[in-house]
Amino acid sequence: MVTSATGEHALSMIGAGGHHKETFITKYIFSTDHKMIGKQFLFTGMAWAVIGGLFSVLFRVQLAWPDETFPFLEQIFSNWFDEGHMTPEAYYALVTMHGTIMVFFVLTASLSGTFANFLIPLQIGARDMASPIMNALSYWLFVLSSLIMLASIFLPTGMASAGWTIYPPLSILPQASSGSGMGMTLWLVSMVFFIASQLLAGINYISTVLNLRTKGMLMTRMPLTVWALFFTAVVGLLSFPVLFSAAVLLVFDKGLGTSFYLSDIFIGGKALGYSGGNAILFQHLFWFLGHPEVYIVILPAMGIVSEILSISSRKPVFGYKAMILSLLGIVVLSFLVWAHHMFVTGMNPFLGSVFALFTLLIAVPSSVKVFNWLTTIWRGNIKMTVAAVFSLGFVSMFISGGLTGIWLGNATVDIQLHDTYFVIGHFHLVMGVAAFFGMFAGIYHWFPKMFGRFMNETLGYIHFFITFIGGYLIFWPMHYLGMSGVPRRYYDFNEFHAFNEYHDMNLLISVSAIVVFAAQFIFVINFFYSMKKGRKSTELNPWKANTLEWTTPIEPGHGNWLGELPTVYRWPYDYSKFEEGPDFIPQTVPLTEADIESDKRLLH
Amino acid sequence: MQILLIILAFVLVLVVILQVGKVVELVSVMRDEDERTEDTSNSVGFLFLLSGIILGVFIAYTTYTEYGKFLPVPASEHGVWIQDLVDITLYITGIVFIITNVLLFYFAYKYRYKRNRKALYYPYNNRIEILWTVIPTLVLTIIIGLGLNKWFKIFSAAPTEAIQIEVTGKQFAWVVRYGGKDNELGKRDFTLSTVENELGVRWKDKQSKDDFLSDEIVIPVNTPVHVNIGALDVIHSFYLPEFRVMMDAVPGIPTKFWFRPTITTEQMREIKKNPEFDYELACNQLCGTGHWNMKKTVKVVTEAEYKAWFAEQKSYYKQNIAKIQGEDASLDNDVIAEANPSKN
Repeated sequence: MVTSATGEHALSMIGAGGHHKETFITKYIFSTDHKMIGKQFLFTGMAWAVIGGLFSVLFRVQLAWPDETFPFLEQIFSNWFDEGHMTPEAYYALVTMHGTIMVFFVLTASLSGTFANFLIPLQIGARDMASPIMNALSYWLFVLSSLIMLASIFLPTGMASAGWTIYPPLSILPQASSGSGMGMTLWLVSMVFFIASQLLAGINYISTVLNLRTKGMLMTRMPLTVWALFFTAVVGLLSFPVLFSAAVLLVFDKGLGTSFYLSDIFIGGKALGYSGGNAILFQHLFWFLGHPEVYIVILPAMGIVSEILSISSRKPVFGYKAMILSLLGIVVLSFLVWAHHMFVTGMNPFLGSVFALFTLLIAVPSSVKVFNWLTTIWRGNIKMTVAAVFSLGFVSMFISGGLTGIWLGNATVDIQLHDTYFVIGHFHLVMGVAAFFGMFAGIYHWFPKMFGRFMNETLGYIHFFITFIGGYLIFWPMHYLGMSGVPRRYYDFNEFHAFNEYHDMNLLISVSAIVVFAAQFIFVINFFYSMKKGRKSTELNPWKANTLEWTTPIEPGHGNWLGELPTVYRWPYDYSKFEEGPDFIPQTVPLTEADIESDKRLLH
Repeated sequence: MQILLIILAFVLVLVVILQVGKVVELVSVMRDEDERTEDTSNSVGFLFLLSGIILGVFIAYTTYTEYGKFLPVPASEHGVWIQDLVDITLYITGIVFIITNVLLFYFAYKYRYKRNRKALYYPYNNRIEILWTVIPTLVLTIIIGLGLNKWFKIFSAAPTEAIQIEVTGKQFAWVVRYGGKDNELGKRDFTLSTVENELGVRWKDKQSKDDFLSDEIVIPVNTPVHVNIGALDVIHSFYLPEFRVMMDAVPGIPTKFWFRPTITTEQMREIKKNPEFDYELACNQLCGTGHWNMKKTVKVVTEAEYKAWFAEQKSYYKQNIAKIQGEDASLDNDVIAEANPSKN
C-alpha cells in the first residue's frame, strides 16, 4: 500500500519516467536521483583513493630507500621533505592520513555510498530512496567533510599524525606532536560531518529497504547485495554515534581542559593539570566503532561478490539463507569483539579472554560464507568476465587475510604479533585489497547500468592480474616481517638490528606497491574513456541476470521504470533451473507448475 | 625534467594499453557472443589458474626459506608456549588455506564457460551447512582453549622472588628503575614530578632510598622479572620481541608483565652467530615523531654476573641527595642522616 502510493507520487512528480527538463545543476550537482548520488560518491571516492594510494607510495619509498635522497620528490612535496629525505613528521602524517582516507572516505563512504545508493532502489523496485533530499544532504555533508580533511593536508603545522586511531594523549597534546594542533582539530571537525553524513545515509538505506520494496519483493526474495547493504547500514547506525561521542569528549579535552582521557601527564618539563581521566576509555569507545567498521567495509563487498559469482557461474548462490544468517551472525558478533584490538593495553586478562572467544567465533560465519562461495562456483558454468575474476580474487584475498585473523584473535599469540607488520598484512588483505576487489567487481559489473556503456575488457583483465599478483606480493611478505617482530609505524628500522635484517622484503613490498599503484591508472583511464566512448550497451540485460535493475531502460531516468513498477514472483537466483529454455529466469516471471514441482523435489 | 619524462613515459604506456584494448574489443564484437565468451573464459580461466600457481609457488618458497629464519628464537619461558601455539595455528590455518585456495583456483578453471554445458541447479543443502558450521566451531574452540590456558598462566601473579623493575616511557626514551636491595620500588606521585625528578619519586618513602636508575636493563637468566610499566606523557608500549613481551605503557594507569628469561645474551649471540647481538627494548605504540628510535639495551646475564653488576649500582637518592634536599625541605632529619652517614 505504502509502496505503491509513494511510487505513484514520485512518478507524478517527475512526469512519467524522468523526461522532464533538467538543468546541468539539478542533474549533476544538486541531484536527488539516487543513481546520480551513487555516482557522485563513486567519483569523490576515486579522487580520495588516488590521494590515499599516493600517500602510501610516498611512505613506502621512505621504508625501501631510507638512505637515498629524492630531490625530485622534494620539488613536488616540499613541505614533507628535508634535504631529499622525508621527515618523520611527514611520515607519520602520511601514515595517519592514508588510514583515515582509505578506511573512512574510500571504503566506507564510497563503497557503501556508491552501491547502496545505486543498487537498493533498483534492486528492490523503488523509484528512489525513502528520502531523496536526505540522501543528497548525506552526499553534500560528505563533500564538506572531505573539503575540511583536504584543507588539513595543506596546514603549515601539518596534518593529523597520531595514527588513524587517534589515541589520546598523543592526539590531544600539541606539545607531543605538531600534528595534534590544528591538523587534529580539522580531522575531528571533518569526522563530525562525516558521521552525520553516514547516519543520514544509513537511516535512509534502512527505511528504503523496509518500506519501499515493490509488490512481491519479500525480504526473503531480496538479492544478497541488498541484504548486505542493509546490514551494513544497521551496523553503521549503531556504531558511528559511539565514535561521535568519543570524538566529542576528545574535543572537550583538547579545547576545554576537561580530563576524560588524560591523567598524570608530565611533558616538556611540566606536569599538566589533568587528573582522573583514562586514556584506555577512548580506545574502548573508538574500537566500539572501529571493529564494526571493518565489517561496514567488507559486508557490501561480500554482497556484491555473492551476486556476481552467482550470475557469472549461471548457478544460484549456494545456501541463500545460510548467507543471510551468516551476515546476521557477523553483524551481532561484530559488536562483541572490539577489545581484541586492546589485548596488551593492560586490561583485565579475564576481559581479554572473553573477547578472544568471541573473536574466534566470528570466524565461523566468515568461513561458512567462503565454503558457500566455493560451492556456488562448483559445477557452475563460469563466464570469466572482469567482474567475475575480481570476485574470485576477492574470495582468495578474503581466505588469505581471514585465516590470519585466527592468529591475531587468539590473545596469547597476539602478545607476540600485536602492532607488528603481521597485523598490517592481515587487515590489508582482508579488508583493504578484498574490499577494493568487491568494489572493482561491482563497478565493472554495473557500469553498463550506470553509463549505458561497457568498460574495456582487455584493460580490465590487465588491471586485475597486476593488482591480484601485486596485492599478494605487497601484503604476503608483511606476515613474515611481523612474525620476526618488525613493528608497524616505524619511520626507519636502522636503529634496531632486530628489525633491520629484512631490507630485501621491504624493497619487494615497496616496488610491488609502486607497480600496483601505477596499474590503478589503467582502471582510471578505462573508467573515464569508457564513460564517454566505451562500447554501447544495446541489450536491456547484458549479463543475463535475474534482478530488477535489468528490467529498467538501458539508461533509466529519475524514477527508474517508465510505466508501473515491476512485480516480483520469485527469488533472484533461478539460474540454470531447467534443462530446457534460457538459463536464467528474472524475478518478474511468474511461477509456473514446473517451478513448484522443482521446489518440491528439492525439499526431499 | 626527470619527473616530466617519467610521467610522459607512463602516460605513453597507458595510451598504448588503451589502444590495444580498443583493437581487441573491435575484433571481438564481430564474433558470436557465446563463442567469444567461451574463448575469453578459456584464456582468462587459464591465466587465473596460472596466477594461482605462481602465487602458490611464491608463498611456498618464501614460507620455506623465511619461516625458520625470521622468527626470533623465544628467549623466555612463556615465549616457547606462544611459539608452540603459533606452530599449531600455522598447521591448522595452513591446511585450510591450501585446501580452500586450491579448490577456488581449480573450480574456476575446471568449470569455466562452455557453450554446450549447463550449470547444476543446486541452491542449498542444509546438512552440509550444518557440517561446515559445526566443524570450524569445534576447531576454533580447541585453538582458543589452548590459547586461553596459556593466557591465564602468562598473566598470573608474579612469583614473590621476582626481581622488581620499573620501566617508564617518555618521548622518546625509557627510564629504568630497580627496586634496589629491598627489591621494593619507592612510591611515586605525579604531582612531585620536576625536571630533576621526572618520575615523581616520593623520597619520604623509605623504600625509595635504595632504588637505582640504570642505563640498561640487566636481568639474570632463569629468574622471574616483574616489570612495572608506566608512561609520563603519551602511550608507549614495552616491547621485547625475542622474549614475546608486549605491554602498553599508559600515563596514569600502571601496567605490568612478568616473564622468565631463559637465554643469556652470550648464548643468543652464539645461536644467531652474531657477536654484535644484543636484546633491545623497543616502543610499539605510536608516540610521536621519535617513536621509531626508543631503544634500550637489555642484557640477560648469569646469576653471578648479575650479582656483581647489582653490587656496583649506587642509590639514586644517595647520589643526588644535595639536589633533593634543596627541593624538598620537608625531608625528615633521620632520612638525611641515613643518607649522609659521614656527617655524624
